[in-house]
Amino acid sequence: MQTFDLEQNGLRALNKALQVTDPASNQTAWEVVNARGSHAIAVGLDAPIEVTVRGSTGYYCGGMNKQATITIDGSAGPGTGENMMSGKIVIEGDASQYLGATAHGGLIVVKGNAASRCGISMKGVDIVVHGNVGHMSAFMAQSGNLVVCGDAGDALGDSCYEARFFVRGKVKSLGADCEKKEMRPEHIEILTRLLAEAGCDAKPEEFTRYGSARKLYNFDVDNAAAY
Amino acid sequence: MCGIVGLFLKDKSLEPKLGEMLTDMLITMSDRGPDSAGIAVYGDDHEGFAKLTIQAADPATAFENLDKDLAAAINEHVTVRVIDTHAVIDLPEDKMAEARAALKELRPGARVMSAGEVIEIYKEVGLPGDVAKRFDIPKLTGTHGIGHTRMATESAVTTLGAHPFSTGADQCLVHNGSLSNHNSLRRKLAREGVTVETENDTEVAAAYLTWKMQNGSTLGEALESGLNDLDGFYTFVVGTKDGFGVLRDPIACKPAVMAETDQYVAFGSEYRALVNLPGIENARVWEPEPATVYFWNH
Repeated sequence: MQTFDLEQNGLRALNKALQVTDPASNQTAWEVVNARGSHAIAVGLDAPIEVTVRGSTGYYCGGMNKQATITIDGSAGPGTGENMMSGKIVIEGDASQYLGATAHGGLIVVKGNAASRCGISMKGVDIVVHGNVGHMSAFMAQSGNLVVCGDAGDALGDSCYEARFFVRGKVKSLGADCEKKEMRPEHIEILTRLLAEAGCDAKPEEFTRYGSARKLYNFDVDNAAAY
Repeated sequence: MCGIVGLFLKDKSLEPKLGEMLTDMLITMSDRGPDSAGIAVYGDDHEGFAKLTIQAADPATAFENLDKDLAAAINEHVTVRVIDTHAVIDLPEDKMAEARAALKELRPGARVMSAGEVIEIYKEVGLPGDVAKRFDIPKLTGTHGIGHTRMATESAVTTLGAHPFSTGADQCLVHNGSLSNHNSLRRKLAREGVTVETENDTEVAAAYLTWKMQNGSTLGEALESGLNDLDGFYTFVVGTKDGFGVLRDPIACKPAVMAETDQYVAFGSEYRALVNLPGIENARVWEPEPATVYFWNH
């Protein structure tokens, strides 16, 4: 395990060091100390390395991540895991707004709560939140799975496409064209796998599935009021 | 983009350090708002006395003999402390209205930054660190304070466009965001006899809250009505004589983080602003909910 003091050595040096880490070497585990809410920590990584950030992070931690496993031992600022392609981000505390925005792949786990717009425009990422998510979560979500073990705020899944949403608690309101759906065996299977990967002991049977009603896909004059 | 910081002290032993802590928080928010900065500090309450903070573009002329001229006009002794472009006038509480009217005649170029029993507002154009140095903000003591770093989007970079804005006796408002209906609201307020000096959107919000309170609303009620009447993006932090309040618009895209310990309640646009506060590692840290009015009072 190599330790990097962010306050002493700066952000550019950190991201450079992480981005050139050779996955074949025996030094693929990093600990970042003195995060102090800094922006853009561990962005653009593209190797199966492990990074643990001590303390809370600011905007865009783990953005564009490929392959790496990033653990935030604190809370995460806005836009964490934005446009992630693969790999894993684990947030021990809470996550701020637009977690995993536009992310294409990988897994994001939040042990606390996530704020508004969680998974906005998600394009294949899986997000598991142990607590609650805020309003407008999964807005325009296109694919992937959003699992919420607590409650969801207003307008869940507004204008969504083919992403799946699993909520164990209450949903304050559903967004336009988002509806409750039947939980079939294949969904129980997906959920069982995601809960296990996220270290969550909730039972898949306790969840309700939501998804697109597919009424806003194409323009239809009868739907004008819903656009 | 703008930066907001706020600190409400529960532990009296921290009061001598209020200015120092707020300055550190304000400077951390420099890259959210490098064009101007301001701070409102709530200091000691002297029974029977009030404070009027004014600003002048030409302080050498405007503040020369101000104490004598004002004392003659209101028949009471006043003291004037000049700090860079600002002057804090200490005067008997019951002479406030008279003094403000007299000032308009005596120093037409001077602008009132704040008025009240304990509030002082300082704001200027420039980097937050430079502004804090000019007004010696680290030396200020008090029970609570609010700071703002501005990146102008809606109107010019001027002293009067900087925050905080005074909304009444011992009250102020800072804003991160932009209001889209400030022109129509400005016209509406003008019809009600409320004048707004600049093109700035936040000044309209401040005038709106003042107008609501003049018509019988409490600050909390005025903020609640703001949810219906103010269109746009905002995180507001308001200061009162006893404490401060926070309100985010229903969309809540402007960031806000709060921290509370036995010693203080702190607000920051980002967590970065809070990292040097004592005991932050064990503080309860959370984001205020949208469309919810929060208040802390002594």
